[in-house]
Amino acid sequence: MSEDKKEIDEISGVDTTGHEWDGIKELNNPMPRWWVYTFYVTVIWGVIYMFLYPSIPLINDYYKGYFGKTLRDGVHEELAQVKQERSQYSDRMATMAIEDIKNDGSLNTFAMEAGRAAFGDNCAPCHGTGAQGFVGYPNLNDDEWIWGGTLDDIEYTINYGIRGIHDDTRFNDMPAYLRDELLTKAEINEVATYVESLSNGSIASSAEGQQIFVDNCAMCHGEDGKGMRELGAPNLTDAITLYVTDRDSIVDIVSYSRGGVMPTWNGRLDDATIKSLAIYVHSLGGGE
Amino acid sequence: MADEDMNAKTPNADASEIKRAKVEAVNKAEERSLYAPRKKIHPQRAKGKFRTIKWFMMLFTLGIYYIAPWIRWDRGEGMPDQAILIDIVGRRFYFFFIEIWPQEVYYVTGLMIMGGIALFLVTSTAGRMWCGYSCPQTIWTDLFLVVERFFEGERNARLRLDKAPWTFDKIRKRVMKHTVWVIIALMTGGAWIFYFADAPTLFMQLMTNTASFDAYLWMGLLATFTYVFGGLAREQVCTYMCPWPRIQAVMMDEETLAVMYRHDRGEPRGPHKKNETWDGRGDCVQCRQCIVVCPMGIDIRDGMQLECIQCSLCIDACNGIMNKIGRPEGLIAYDSLKNFERRKEGKENVFRIIRPRTIIYSIILAVVGFIMLFALLNRSLLDVNILRDRNPLYVQLSSGDIRNGYTIKIMNKSTSTQKYSVTFSGIENYNLRADGINEYDDNGNPIVTVERDKLRSLKFFVSAPVTNVVDSSMDVTFKIKELESGAEDIQSTTFKGPR
Repeated sequence: MSEDKKEIDEISGVDTTGHEWDGIKELNNPMPRWWVYTFYVTVIWGVIYMFLYPSIPLINDYYKGYFGKTLRDGVHEELAQVKQERSQYSDRMATMAIEDIKNDGSLNTFAMEAGRAAFGDNCAPCHGTGAQGFVGYPNLNDDEWIWGGTLDDIEYTINYGIRGIHDDTRFNDMPAYLRDELLTKAEINEVATYVESLSNGSIASSAEGQQIFVDNCAMCHGEDGKGMRELGAPNLTDAITLYVTDRDSIVDIVSYSRGGVMPTWNGRLDDATIKSLAIYVHSLGGGE
Repeated sequence: MADEDMNAKTPNADASEIKRAKVEAVNKAEERSLYAPRKKIHPQRAKGKFRTIKWFMMLFTLGIYYIAPWIRWDRGEGMPDQAILIDIVGRRFYFFFIEIWPQEVYYVTGLMIMGGIALFLVTSTAGRMWCGYSCPQTIWTDLFLVVERFFEGERNARLRLDKAPWTFDKIRKRVMKHTVWVIIALMTGGAWIFYFADAPTLFMQLMTNTASFDAYLWMGLLATFTYVFGGLAREQVCTYMCPWPRIQAVMMDEETLAVMYRHDRGEPRGPHKKNETWDGRGDCVQCRQCIVVCPMGIDIRDGMQLECIQCSLCIDACNGIMNKIGRPEGLIAYDSLKNFERRKEGKENVFRIIRPRTIIYSIILAVVGFIMLFALLNRSLLDVNILRDRNPLYVQLSSGDIRNGYTIKIMNKSTSTQKYSVTFSGIENYNLRADGINEYDDNGNPIVTVERDKLRSLKFFVSAPVTNVVDSSMDVTFKIKELESGAEDIQSTTFKGPR
């Protein structure tokens, strides 16, 4: 490549750079000026930006930037601002009775939306995104409430949980009749048949099974098996079950007892959020 | 001086007195380069019937643009009284007696389709008439040129001023011109934002400097674009930015009217001397007036070009010259390509406006227009939207009944609060209940009250004995009836169950 003599390409009339590969020569078509200037401006901007914001890693630290903050701080500020704007609702809600919130138009709207969001974050992992529940995790859409379905009941349950860590938590414990040697296997079979017949009239049961039920189960589930909310004893006669209802499952539950745990949310969520959740769950279709 | 004003003194001058302008078309294809600096165009004012039409169009379109937001329209208490208002916050579009909800943007779609087809129709009939007479870019460029002429004089004076050193006089003229341009630009941006808020209120806010940031932002943006596009960029917008010149060709055919130089009559061109014969030569005396008046900086005699916005000013300029030299008008005129062939064969000029192409465009335009009109006249003031809950699909209740949830949105587009009864059908022995509704009619159907111009979204629960749920998906209907007028909306949906 020589600097002094320009070689002109015959076809295009453009001079070449002198670079040649396998007989192909590179034409000297420089980039448009505006493009080059734009590139220079971005380079300058990049350097300025580097000094304004955190950029250079140091040995134990990093360069904090002229502003001393990152764009992430802006996100935090905005979140704090949103919280501040919401506080006009949430502050009032924290001290109000839940019934009053439900009856206040704008607060109810706010609570429903806040509840929907909080449910997705905190409750959906166990109860499902549609609150439809799973085996062992109650369906919150239906009309059966083991511990009660009024706004206050729901709020209490969310606050303190079931078999949770709080002193006021809802608690019950069904005996394990086989493991604790309260009933024999034969007796458990009899009573399981009776329990199955409570919700399915076509199954024949024995008087013995009924007697065992009255002696052992009725104190919590009631003589007619309709359950007792104060104790959180489920209604055994309706169409809804928390665990599977085939006979083997009933035998299993009577033998070894079952009971899930719902966390205590008091202290983990603020009062306004818990009230919002209660209002949202109440509205799903089964609220009392 | 050769470069003198052409619309000269004597009305019936001889052709030899027509002096030729020293001008070259700026926008010739070979002159056009992405990297070369722009050559400024100093169009001279034309006089003639097309220029008059353009003045009228400018007054007409600008008049609509600036006055429209100030027209009042009484809609009753608590409603905006502006005839044309795009209420972004309230999500309503008001146009005189029409009030459009966000769900009805298809009216806008219809208008856009009509606008597009109308553009096709006009283009296939008479070329880029839109560009030449009613495009905002043309209108505002024209307006800015009026200002430029007022302060800096006609073409030759402007050319001299461009070359002149920076004297006080030049600075004064330039400052005045740009000041007026900026005022016009601000008024343009200002008028735009009046369409989005109550005009008198916003005007007072602007005067007292209390308007919202958005108002200033949009006003500033539009003012900047008006100033840059109309004042500085001018023909560059049409040549380099606008897509329309590139696609218009597909709408044109050989019968389409367009501004054309009749080269069969004009050539061979050349200067003409007094008492010389016109035999054996064309009518074009090479005065270049068509180039001088062209705001796009082209030479129409080079044929059809993408820069040409068909503003017809070259027709006006050429006709003026033809009158002076005693030749018939129309050396440059609206003509069709087919007519060149017709003349070659010794036939008469024919202007075929009605062709399959224009007929089809007209029919489509009429059909879309009628559909729009029909939809608008039969527009219901009640709109209902029903969404069935999908998560969970259905719920079994303790009694064994199956229940489905529905979110029903009732839009009351009327100007008074209305009550609606909601009835359900499709399943025997159903139970219908709405969350938060305590009012029921004699048959046990919920009554929903919706305030005027409001949407109310409610959750409805329908439950039925499991024995009546005979299919995993049953067709059911909701009927929402306005109690006062009896207007109703019947919507079908499904009821999901087990099995």
